[in-house]
Amino acid sequence: MSRIADRFKQLKEQGRKALIPYFVAGDPCADIAVPLMHGLVEAGADIIEVGVAFSDPMAEGPVIQLAHERALANGISLRKTLEVVRQFRENDQDTPVLLMGYANPVEHMGYDVFADAAASAGVDALLTVDIPPEEVDAVNVELNRVGIDNIFLIAPNTPENRIDTIVEQASGFIYYVSLKGVTGAGNLDTEEVSRRAQLIRSHTNLPLAVGFGIKDADSAKAVAVVADGVVVGSALVNVMAAAIESGGSPEAAIVAAKSLLGDIRAGIDSLS
Amino acid sequence: MSKDRSDIDYSSLPDAQGRFGQYGGKFVSETLMAALAELEELYSRLSADPAFQRELDEDLAHYVGRPSPLYEAKRWSDQIGGARIFLKREDLNHTGAHKVNNTVGQALLAKYMGKPRVIAETGAGQHGVASATIAARLGLECQVYMGEEDIKRQALNVYRMRLLGADVIPVTSGSKTLKDAMNEAMRDWVTNVDSTYYIIGTAAGPHPYPKLVRDFQSIIGREARAQSLAQTGKLPDALVACVGGGSNAIGLFHPFLEDESVAMYGVEAGGLGVATGEHAAPLTMGTPGVLHGNRTYLMQDEDGQILHTHSISAGLDYPGVGPEHSWLKDIGRVDYVDADDAEALRAFHTLTEVEGIMPALESSHALAYAEKLAASMDKDQMIIVNLSGRGDKDIHTVAQLDGIEI
Repeated sequence: MSRIADRFKQLKEQGRKALIPYFVAGDPCADIAVPLMHGLVEAGADIIEVGVAFSDPMAEGPVIQLAHERALANGISLRKTLEVVRQFRENDQDTPVLLMGYANPVEHMGYDVFADAAASAGVDALLTVDIPPEEVDAVNVELNRVGIDNIFLIAPNTPENRIDTIVEQASGFIYYVSLKGVTGAGNLDTEEVSRRAQLIRSHTNLPLAVGFGIKDADSAKAVAVVADGVVVGSALVNVMAAAIESGGSPEAAIVAAKSLLGDIRAGIDSLS
Repeated sequence: MSKDRSDIDYSSLPDAQGRFGQYGGKFVSETLMAALAELEELYSRLSADPAFQRELDEDLAHYVGRPSPLYEAKRWSDQIGGARIFLKREDLNHTGAHKVNNTVGQALLAKYMGKPRVIAETGAGQHGVASATIAARLGLECQVYMGEEDIKRQALNVYRMRLLGADVIPVTSGSKTLKDAMNEAMRDWVTNVDSTYYIIGTAAGPHPYPKLVRDFQSIIGREARAQSLAQTGKLPDALVACVGGGSNAIGLFHPFLEDESVAMYGVEAGGLGVATGEHAAPLTMGTPGVLHGNRTYLMQDEDGQILHTHSISAGLDYPGVGPEHSWLKDIGRVDYVDADDAEALRAFHTLTEVEGIMPALESSHALAYAEKLAASMDKDQMIIVNLSGRGDKDIHTVAQLDGIEI
């Protein structure tokens, strides 16, 4: 069983929901990623989603776009992101790590080379925003070979007859995008999320995580009622960037991230 | 000409997956997949619908002003002393460039889909102007994304768009040019997909855009082919067109692809010289990758990050290219070459002085290469150059480069 499946199983047994923080490796400053990841685990992260910086992050709102730009300015690359995961694994063999990014850096490395390098670094899953099921065969052959899960997005406007196409290719969990828009947008409609979550569950037994538009304990709690996990991205990226911009140290950014994540953890856990 | 292309059916591509060989496809986020499927279904129905074709033909004739002339540049040809050069005068279209052929077609699709709002990305501003123009005519809300850098170099077109009632939104992310404008338009589309039609300006992006933009622009090549036969009694020996995203080039080339006797040259922007890295020539210097919804040749670094580009012309300043060009390069049907900033600027002046036609800086790249090509050919041979746009929009840039204040 993969680390991700394992983690969702444990959480289910405990009656808890997965908290999945997102940040971009290399942001807000160089060399923060590994201690940040350990800090996120301390603050209650169940799975860590590591953004792989790209020059043209088309699905991102302004907050995460800036994170990609800062990370690249700090010299990050896909290879260095894999190195971050490898170093994290030296002291944490249990927390699943998901890489989220765009097709081109992975394609440029070569799907086979990437799969081997990611597996040996300790990566558990890959989510490429711009590789839909129609284009995924070549990627999945390699990910399956090394046992890395492929996480797919389902959108509010995904037709029901497409859901089967997506879940057939997916493993680990399903990532439901809670709104039509880019990351960090503010128009979360929890009733709609609830309806769609039920629909998706009628097509798959995979765990369901919800992301885009979750920014605090209240919104996380509302989504956690109907989901198996919640993803928190822009809000986290924002508090870290603000800490650095106001002259804080990398440690201060980690403290800010842990504080936000701790609040959200408490909000989600108040359900059980 | 190699014989191994004789069994290629060019009209059969892209295939059902939107591929030209390994290029093309639909590399977009899930939120756009339903919209692309809807567009694909509608376009496949309408492109076979005589009523739609009639409406399009009417617009092209009476609004755009087609057919555009095929003009023999006799004085310029004589000066060069080689092949006869003919110019396909897309600069004479309403709004001054080939871009309108596509926006008229796509705006009709938006109308049939009942979308009240259109968005567009623009580099030089020609596609933005063409989109704003057709939006004004159809009463559609129009927002145009344009890189902050390009807004500075194309102030005239920015004002034209605003006069036409469009909202020009400055894009400040990334390199602040065409590729970033396209990112921002994609983000808008994801957010407003129910109300909005995205008019992509070039034969790139996710399937079905490369196909439908090519189809709308192929009027250029169909006319040129018939005009060549009518005016000279034969097909041309060579075609030359500039390639940024590549819509004017594919529009000219596509109806001639099966005519193996017709050589084709796509001219990329060599910038300060392709060896300097300061250029926009992905077919000449790049490698295949995935950007803006399709697999194609890209300018990218060793980590798969998209590189910044440079060209004297905003309309060619793009790190990718339409996927059909990538395929035509690989099969050897089209030769992709480059002309640098200085050569383009010289060609701009030459055509203006010798023929009284002021070309866009984009088209000037094609002219610069055609001049060299013509010189290497015989006097009984013939070249068609796509004069894809007029140069009024570039006067400030040219004056600045020549060190003149106006």
